[in-house]
Amino acid sequence: MELESYSGLLTYIGKSIIKIITLLIAVSILSFILVSASPVDPVRAYIGEVGMANMSTDSLAKLEAYFGLNTPPAERYWNWFSDFIRGDMGASLLYRQPVANVIQVKFMNSMVLMTTAWIFSGLLGFVLGIVAGFYRGRWIDKLIKGYSLLVASTPTFWLALVLLMIFSVWLQLLPIGLSVPIGVNAAEVSILDSLRHLILPALTLSVIGIANITLHTREKMIDIMGEDYILFAKARGKSRLAIIRHHGLRNIMLPAITLQFASISEIFGGSVLVEQVFSYPGLGKAAVAAGLGGDAPLLLGIAVISAALVFSGNFIANLLYGIIDPRIRRGSVYE
Amino acid sequence: MNKPVAVMVLQKTQKKRLNQRSQTLLYLTFGSFFLVAITVAGTLMGELAVTTSFTQKNLLPQLAHPFGTDWLGRDMLSRTLKGMSLSIYIGLFAATISAVIAAVLGAAAATLGKKVDAVITWLIDLVMGIPHLLLLILISYALGRGTFGVVVAVAISHWPVLTRIIRGEILQLKEANYIKIAEKLGQGKLKIVVKHMLPHIFPQFLVGLVLLFPHAILHEAALTFLGFGLPPEQPGIGIILSESMKYLALGMWWLAFFPGIVLLATVMLFDLIGESLRKRIDPHSAQD
Repeated sequence: MELESYSGLLTYIGKSIIKIITLLIAVSILSFILVSASPVDPVRAYIGEVGMANMSTDSLAKLEAYFGLNTPPAERYWNWFSDFIRGDMGASLLYRQPVANVIQVKFMNSMVLMTTAWIFSGLLGFVLGIVAGFYRGRWIDKLIKGYSLLVASTPTFWLALVLLMIFSVWLQLLPIGLSVPIGVNAAEVSILDSLRHLILPALTLSVIGIANITLHTREKMIDIMGEDYILFAKARGKSRLAIIRHHGLRNIMLPAITLQFASISEIFGGSVLVEQVFSYPGLGKAAVAAGLGGDAPLLLGIAVISAALVFSGNFIANLLYGIIDPRIRRGSVYE
Repeated sequence: MNKPVAVMVLQKTQKKRLNQRSQTLLYLTFGSFFLVAITVAGTLMGELAVTTSFTQKNLLPQLAHPFGTDWLGRDMLSRTLKGMSLSIYIGLFAATISAVIAAVLGAAAATLGKKVDAVITWLIDLVMGIPHLLLLILISYALGRGTFGVVVAVAISHWPVLTRIIRGEILQLKEANYIKIAEKLGQGKLKIVVKHMLPHIFPQFLVGLVLLFPHAILHEAALTFLGFGLPPEQPGIGIILSESMKYLALGMWWLAFFPGIVLLATVMLFDLIGESLRKRIDPHSAQD
């Protein structure tokens, strides 16, 4: 019996991984088409306007051949794809480095920022949701619900600007931007410094990210509070904490975790804006720079990597949903 | 003289507040009124938003300039209203296109058989796989940025969620008896969709459309803020906020604060309208 359900799980995992791979290939094709369709000329972006004027037509032709402007798009995509499989994503025009190296560095920075915000907003949102749901209709519920609705409509980049104004300009507690102080070698930055530069971006992302999980948990908590077993628990004289711990927590934890894993796409979008405001050197800022500077290889690489991140998040969410919840484990989710 | 307590209580509650439906209608009117006011004011503001005045530079908010003025002496209130009305126009246009795409794809997925359904579901997964803002950047990049780029990007990227909802609704509807009877009577697929299904899902579609507006507006502003959207000479909300970044360190907080508040208020008003509309026309959520 047990073994059977696990083999079902394995087929599910296998199928999902195949689906993710085909989707990722599709994402790369879609991004490739979009990037290739751009009127931005890679040669021009590479050597700049002044360089263009000083270039002989001969060397221009060579550069055009180097960027593969004469080969048909399908062949160019195939070349890019076969290189990508081997871990070579091409060369970034802006950073004059292999795209893989640039992405590796930026990815780590972004991961620190996003993970901090992700955990913080998840935990706090969960607790707030439980409190609001438990005290439905009281002032604390109204406060939490109002806050969540307000924040759900708040533009991320504006909140970032407001926090920047308050903490960096007025109170001068935290640095204005960048993940390292200007003039200090990246290798010599102390952990404390990096932390100080992380606080505001992470705070912005967390404040925004809380809304969704709070509202969701609150709904679930309200549903559960209407159940008979809660009424019975109250009748037995159980304390509030015990009711939440024994009857509420496990029921609402699963959907909350799932939701949090599925929200990676949104957190990534938020991090693009937040990194821009705080000049935080992560993937989002690199994507914006690549888009504005005509750095097609870098933009393409970031698109594929971020899609991989989103798909993994969704995959984990589906998996957790099935593994942890015994009601679904043998159910139809994996079909 | 000696009324029973119960009767008094009943009378009290009856008197106290409007009933739910009138209350919703009130919200609906209120929200629409303010949005129309912002849009009309912004549209009429035209010249004032770009008029520079070097005698009135960097003024704090005051009676003549409620939102202050910027480093060129331009009145921030008129710039904000002008920018907001631009964003609203783009948002309305782009969200409507997305909603139409969603209606067509959703209906196609639910009625044209398993293969079409699989393709469309796969397309939804594909588009939702790329973080939305990055997708917007990619599309805008493909179109060479600018106003055209941002409008197209916002218009063709907002359909997946609504498509899912419409697909689900129609799938449910297909099981309904009156649809099955229509099939048995030999009515064509297209006729069933147009005559029997679309009127039924129209309320959901309308609410979905209205709730798309705030998303579209926020995304337009964000994309413009990052430098991919409206050109710098347009007083777009995104442009205003990204320009203000240079002056924040000098303590000119009003350049960013008020335009952002107006953007936030606009988004909330659209949400209010959408939710009120849902309560008015969707019987399932009328008592929420």
